[in-house]
Amino acid sequence: MIRVNKRTEVAWEEGITVTDLLEKLNYTYPHIIVKVNGELVRRHAYDTFTIPDGADVRVIHLIAGG
Amino acid sequence: MSISKKAETPRRVLAEFSYERAAAERGYTGQTLYVNVGDGTIESRPVTETMKEQFIGGRGFGLYRLWGGVEDDTRWDDPENEIVISSGPCGGITQYPGSGKSIVVSISPLTDIPVDSNVGGHFGPLLKFAGWDALEIQGKAERDVIVVIDGRSGRVTVEEAVEVPVDTHLVGHWLIDQMAESDEDRYYMSVVAAGTGSENSRFGCLNFSFYDRHREAPRFKQAGRGGIGTVFRDKGIRAVVVKSGPVSGDSNQPADRARISKVGSQLHREIFEYDDEQNQMRKGGTTYLVSIMNDYDLLPVHNFRYGSHPEAKKIAGDVWQDLFTQGIPDGCWYGCTMACSHAVDQYEVRTGPYQGERVIVDGPEYETIAGVGSCCGIFEPWAILEINFYCDTYGLDTISFGTAMGFVMECYEAGVLDQEKTGGLELSFGNAEAAIEVLHQVARGEGFGSIFGQGAHRMKDFFVEEFGADRDFVEDIAMENKGLEYSEYVTKESLAQQGGYGMTNKGPQHDEAWLIFMDQISNLLPTFEDKAEALHYFPMFRTWFGLCGFCKLPWNDVVPPENAETDEPQKIPSHVQNYVELFSGVTGREVTEDDLIEQSETVYNFQRVFNIRLGKGLREHDAVPYRSMGPVTVEEYESRAERYDKQLREDLSVDPQGMGTQEKLAALRAHREQQYEKLLDAVYERRGWTPRGVPTPKKLESLGIDFPEVIAIVERFL
Repeated sequence: MIRVNKRTEVAWEEGITVTDLLEKLNYTYPHIIVKVNGELVRRHAYDTFTIPDGADVRVIHLIAGG
Repeated sequence: MSISKKAETPRRVLAEFSYERAAAERGYTGQTLYVNVGDGTIESRPVTETMKEQFIGGRGFGLYRLWGGVEDDTRWDDPENEIVISSGPCGGITQYPGSGKSIVVSISPLTDIPVDSNVGGHFGPLLKFAGWDALEIQGKAERDVIVVIDGRSGRVTVEEAVEVPVDTHLVGHWLIDQMAESDEDRYYMSVVAAGTGSENSRFGCLNFSFYDRHREAPRFKQAGRGGIGTVFRDKGIRAVVVKSGPVSGDSNQPADRARISKVGSQLHREIFEYDDEQNQMRKGGTTYLVSIMNDYDLLPVHNFRYGSHPEAKKIAGDVWQDLFTQGIPDGCWYGCTMACSHAVDQYEVRTGPYQGERVIVDGPEYETIAGVGSCCGIFEPWAILEINFYCDTYGLDTISFGTAMGFVMECYEAGVLDQEKTGGLELSFGNAEAAIEVLHQVARGEGFGSIFGQGAHRMKDFFVEEFGADRDFVEDIAMENKGLEYSEYVTKESLAQQGGYGMTNKGPQHDEAWLIFMDQISNLLPTFEDKAEALHYFPMFRTWFGLCGFCKLPWNDVVPPENAETDEPQKIPSHVQNYVELFSGVTGREVTEDDLIEQSETVYNFQRVFNIRLGKGLREHDAVPYRSMGPVTVEEYESRAERYDKQLREDLSVDPQGMGTQEKLAALRAHREQQYEKLLDAVYERRGWTPRGVPTPKKLESLGIDFPEVIAIVERFL
């Protein structure tokens, strides 16, 4: 299980990447900060960074309205 | 469209005033202009050190002057009500993007309390460069007038409005053609106008022009919120014109030009490097928000019942990028490389008095698309453009129009209204033609439009008293607070944003607090204390833009990558520091980040007391419609039943199994209403207010605004 933003639980799958997780959650806003177990994941690594089972993931959306 | 120059049109001067133009120095000219269009008084008033220290400029100056001009019982249509326009000390610099804003302050016809409305365009900065830190208009003209401020000749006149059109797209062209003495003159003129819709509704807006050198035409930004266009026309003003000399990077005479240029260069680089991969403001402005809000279930659909709709893609950002003319730097003030003021050129008007004309449509921006579009179930771009154009030229606020229309359409579908009551209009969701007809009726002051023009708050009473509507139902679904219609975000799942709207001084506009993603998605505000802290910091920080002449967008619509490594990335710390540099560099007064917050707190608390002075501003006035808190109807609940059932189980320890939907609705509602009250308690305490929402004398003293007349007001409620 992956816990996102200390609220949402997503079933873990072997080899699941940050991009996969964002797609599952329909997190489409392009300007976000992702941390996996406290480690910052750079945008260029979203396709390759695999998330371990039991991970604590933070997805901070830098959006603040019109 | 073209308006021929009417050089022979006489100008009949009713009052005039000559002055020595004071140059701006460190952001201030040191004087404000008072014009009474009723008795012809025109005079210069000094800007005191108290004003600069405590009220800064912009919204602060507006509230300060308004406070002095009105009585406790002044209402929006009394002659003593004022319209005050001021940019702020940093307004008019050209080195940093988004530095040309104006703030307009008046007593609102919708809320009966002060409203502040921010707007781009050239008026505020040119007013300063014509010699004035603010313009304060009072009185009522017997016959329609225009006010002309000519900084080059040092002359202010109130003139009879001979042959001057009323609707904005006409009057802007007309006055510039009449008054520009050379082509270059056009660049350094700005017109403020309303329109025929402002005459017949309570949600009139003001249009502020800027001359588009590429299109060779005036374009307009809107001070939309709160009905100030209605006040403007009630005063008998058709337009205010300002003329200044050429603008340069030194016009604002900053204390340290190199210092502001340095941070400006840095932000320009960030925009050029990152805008394409982030929000694409330069291509589409705020329209990118449509698909984002839809994806996160936050786009108002069918009067805020839902947060998404399959047809939203028809009005998403890429559609507007195709319609906007690309390749033109669309900044609404000099030096703004974010340049998000896009337009649709050569739009052929399909209905109404201007049918068949080809016009420039300024926008639409996100709020307009969501308000007159998805909120009304309208997903046709032509209809959104048609309503956008007519709202602007008639001088009507697109947000109030859209939110009020969503309310009316739900009433129609619920049987509160029928064709007999609407004069034959089938006002069901998605009927764009009917919505547009109501818009024209508002402008003419006719038919159902004359009812609609009163706004959602007053329509509730009318529907109950005249049409027998159920009071509880309309109170639940009309998205208004304090009399102002909500702007366009669904807040059901963000308690912090419910409070962000409900506690906003002027009514539910998102410019003070926008915390939905921090709260609902990112879960950065899990406790009441967290929410209260955010509802202290962000409203104060965002208020500060309106004191100084800044636009909010360059703060957080482009962000450097290193921001991800900061402790509080949502505050964009490097950009906050930019504003510290800018304020210090312009005024020569060294400030810290904490000082910016305190500057805002001063004005914010003053405005809260002003609300109390005029009969609102207490806890009961921060109450919100239940539609903003949760599902009102069975179909709303059942559309997201999985979400709500989960909340019943986890948050309330209630097993939804075997419960009817009405029973579940009631349980959820009781919980959410209780949560909202707890939020108010937490925020009031953080802000230094009593449980009734009143700033304490101690708080006012700490901010330096414990003036006797201010203390006397709060003491009545302690």
